[in-house]
Parts: sequence; structure tokens; C-alpha cells
Amino acid sequence: MAAGGSIDALGQFKLEPALGHIGASVYFTQANLMMVVAGLLTFGLLWLGMRPRAMVPGRLQAAAEMAYETVLGMCTETIGPEGRSFFPFVFTLFFFILFGNLLGVFPLFFTFTSHIAVTLALTVFVVVLVTVVGLRLHGWHFFSYFVPQGVPAVLLPLLVPIEVLSYVSRLISLSVRLFANMMAGHVMLEVFGAFVVMLGAAGVIFWLPAAFSLAVNVALIGFELLVATLQAYVFAVLTCIYLHDAVHLH
Amino acid sequence: MSEEPGEDEPPSFEERLKAARGRQGLDAPPPLSARDTGDMGGMSPWGIGLRVGVELVSALVVAVAIGYGLDRLFGTKPILTAVFVLLGGAAGILNVWRLFAPRPTRGPKVQDGGR
Repeated sequence: MAAGGSIDALGQFKLEPALGHIGASVYFTQANLMMVVAGLLTFGLLWLGMRPRAMVPGRLQAAAEMAYETVLGMCTETIGPEGRSFFPFVFTLFFFILFGNLLGVFPLFFTFTSHIAVTLALTVFVVVLVTVVGLRLHGWHFFSYFVPQGVPAVLLPLLVPIEVLSYVSRLISLSVRLFANMMAGHVMLEVFGAFVVMLGAAGVIFWLPAAFSLAVNVALIGFELLVATLQAYVFAVLTCIYLHDAVHLH
Repeated sequence: MSEEPGEDEPPSFEERLKAARGRQGLDAPPPLSARDTGDMGGMSPWGIGLRVGVELVSALVVAVAIGYGLDRLFGTKPILTAVFVLLGGAAGILNVWRLFAPRPTRGPKVQDGGR
């Protein structure tokens, strides 16, 4: 953590092979392990939660039903009636990111959404899917999405590239938003955690500021829980909005 | 809304059917919530600020990358990068405008029967 008196805030994001020799030989890192765990947790929530099939749900079943209905509501409200066909995709995306974010809050666990490689891969998938959906539903007419309505034809050579750039910039904005939020939170935690150790070791006079740093860390953990949920939600809602634009064009 | 004042029963079958159909997206859905407000509803000023910054910068990053790539392709070193920086800045502002623009003014086409 605070090796040699300096704060190593980024060391926590280093990838290490997981699962011993087998993991090392196929480059199976702890990030991959956490992805598997996130997937299993989502699956477990739904499978174990829905096993009782009770009329009056228990806690886990209520959680599973709420998860289902929240995401379904998000899809149908944002995309429209066609949103039902995208529900499995949005649900998977939302819960993969949500569990990834939430797992990272626990000590010794790894936040795979704090790597831009992961978030960019997810975003590329979303943008490619949106484009394919638009092309399949509307054919060549999809490209009218890049032509703003009610604009003099003289301005089109200027405005169409701007629209295309705005479309492509989703790749960066969607991925960087999730990645930056998760990374910034964990860097803050690391820095204040290192403060606690360094100030605590520096002498009795510094115990008060050390306690203050610890209090900040406690507050940060709560804040991280909020950010983890909010960012997963934002990612899913933006995916829905992009899908809406592809389905309805404008 | 109950037509029979004598009966003290939960909402009538018609009402419940309408609500269920609305939930399943079979009827035209009720006024949009998540989309109308964007997703800014529960967002803190920090969140809004971060989003605006990301939207502005991301368009610029994409534009510079494209401009630089095209420049290397055609060997027109500074020209296309400069042009794309301007376009990227405009696209960034367009992104921010999309973020805050009042939704109903964006094309009445959206409101027709399909939705």
C-alpha cells in the first residue's frame, strides 16, 4: 500500500494471474475471475431467487423479480414497445456491470470495470449492436439519422460529419464515463487508506488526522456503493436511449 | 374512478387490464419518464459536470484520432487534423446540447402512433 513512504495508488489495478499455474498458463487474470464471479452471481440471483416460485415472494425472490421488472420497465419506457426484444441484452449488460462494480467495493476483490479495455469492449459491442439494429430495421434509410431535419442543403456537408462524429464519440464517452468513475473512486480509497497507515505510524500527534482519513474512507465506501449502482444504471439507460434512436431514427 | 359507489373493491378489471397492458408495452406507453428527463433525474451536480466534460472531450478525442489518421494516410500533415479539431469541438457541443435539450422539441415525428 504505502511502500517506501510513497502512495502507490495505481498498483491495485495491476493484473495478476489467478488460479495458480493453470491460470498463469492461459493468462487467466483476477479480472477474468471476477467477471466469472459476476456472471455466476447474476445467474445465482435469478436461479436461486426464482426457485421457490412463491405467490408471495421471499426476500431473494422479491429481489430477483424487482431486478427483472426494473430493467424491463427501463427497456419498454425508453425504447418503446420494441424494447422487449432488447431486454435480455440490457439485463445482462446491467447486471454484469452492476456486480462488477459492487464486487470491487469489497476488500481484496478486483474491479474489472476499472479497466478501459473492459469498458471499451462493452461499449464497442453496444455501438456495433445499435448500428446493426438500425441497419437491419431501416436498411440504407438508417443513414438519414445523420442528416438533421429542416436544415438548408448548403450546410449539410458541414453538419453530417459533425453528426457522424457525435455518433462515434459515444464509443469514448460511454466507456470513459464508467471507467473513470470506477477508477477515480478506487484511487481515492487507496490514497486515504494510505493516509491512515502513514499518519498512524508517524506518531501520536497525527492520530487525529489519521482518524479523520479513516472517517473519509468510510464515507467514500458508501459513496462508492452509490456510484457503482448509478454508473451501471447510466450505462444501461444510455444503451436503451441509443437503441431507441436506432429503432425510431431521431 | 369507480362507477359503483356501493362496492368497496379494488380497481375494476378494466383498469387493471389497462395497467397490465401498459406495463407489457401492448398499448401506447404512458408519458415517458426516463427518456424525457434524460437520465439526469437523480444525478448530482458532480455527475452532471462529469458527464458534460466527458461528452465534450470524447467527441474531440475521436475527431483528433480520425483527423490524425487521415493525415497520415494522405500525407497532408496538419490540415485534416486542424479541420477535424473544429468538427470535433462542434460535435462535442452538439453532444452537450443533446444532453440538455428539451426532448419534446426534437422532431414531432417521435410522438406519432408508433410510440
